[in-house]
Amino acid sequence: MPKLKTLDDLKKVRENAEKDLKVRLETGTRIIVGMGTCGIAAGARETMHAILEELQKREIEAHVSTVGCIGMCVREPLVDIEQAGKPRITYGNVKPDMIPRIIEEHLIKGNVVEEWAIGRLATRE
Amino acid sequence: MRELSLHVLDALENSVEAGATSIELVIEERLKADTLEIVIRDNGRGMSPEFVRQVLNPFVTTRKTRHVGLGLPLFAAAARRCNGDLRVESEAGVGTTISATFQHSHIDRAPVGDMAGSVMAILLSDRPVDIRYRHTVDDRQFELDTAEVRKELGTVPLSHPDVRGWLQSVLTEGLADLRPPGLL
Ligand SMILES: Nc1ncnc2c1ncn2[C@@H]1O[C@H](COP(=O)(O)OP(=O)(O)OP(=O)(O)O)[C@@H](O)[C@H]1O
Ligand SMILES: [Mg+2]
Repeated sequence: MPKLKTLDDLKKVRENAEKDLKVRLETGTRIIVGMGTCGIAAGARETMHAILEELQKREIEAHVSTVGCIGMCVREPLVDIEQAGKPRITYGNVKPDMIPRIIEEHLIKGNVVEEWAIGRLATRE
Repeated sequence: MRELSLHVLDALENSVEAGATSIELVIEERLKADTLEIVIRDNGRGMSPEFVRQVLNPFVTTRKTRHVGLGLPLFAAAARRCNGDLRVESEAGVGTTISATFQHSHIDRAPVGDMAGSVMAILLSDRPVDIRYRHTVDDRQFELDTAEVRKELGTVPLSHPDVRGWLQSVLTEGLADLRPPGLL
């Protein structure tokens, strides 16, 4: 039965995950996707999917989470990237095909993609 | 919206914003009876009877970022366009149930679409929430209860990259099995 197999898989996932959980939670990159009505209508779910795929493909570990409407409806889909010690950057009108470049430049090389960034919030300590 | 799963995502998002920690999502497709029913039941803060009476009016919203709320009116319009309806039952302090019905074969009915993606978007919400999702197509059934998954995971969060991958594949493969090639 596939169900048993998947529960077995889950146990393995748990064992592996427990080892490095602390490190991951404390030092990680956070990516936040707006998921209010305007975001959803503008394709935020597909943008989120592209982020998950790209992270998996490149084996990059980052925490991805969704939040409700932030109130910048015309700029949806909105994606925020937060890294310890750096300002939190907001990207606007983020379509799935923009994700590889954002991940490459922002997460891997550490450079903000200025032409797509629409906001910046002071450092998280 | 171009997929029913986007209306569902929107309604699930309402539940999360209403502080729900547990959501039951049931989608029943009865091909012979030609019906599709979507029920979303949450344990969020609920609404007063007066509020429920007007909630399908787009000018009713408790959001402060914008003066119109579009989610439920759009969902209701989609159902009514397909010989169906949308009902809202709610009790303040207890929770809310949204039920939408559609004529399955109606020419204007949007496809169900990427339900796996919609459920993932809610499971990755920064507010922890559990979903019990049951989806049937005639006598085929898919079920995922994230409270059980959480129990299995101990301290590892659903948002952990490996768990994310596991959830995505369970959802995608399980839902694909509801529609084997040749059916529909
Ligand atoms: N599950 C729920 N529990 C409690 N209140 C709800 C629920 N769903 C909707 N509401 C209330 O009904 C209002 C209208 O919802 P609707 O989805 O139509 O618009 P919105 O969420 O305000 O804005 P939008 O969906 O356009 O971003 C909400 O602001 C909220 O007060
Ligand atoms: Mg809404």
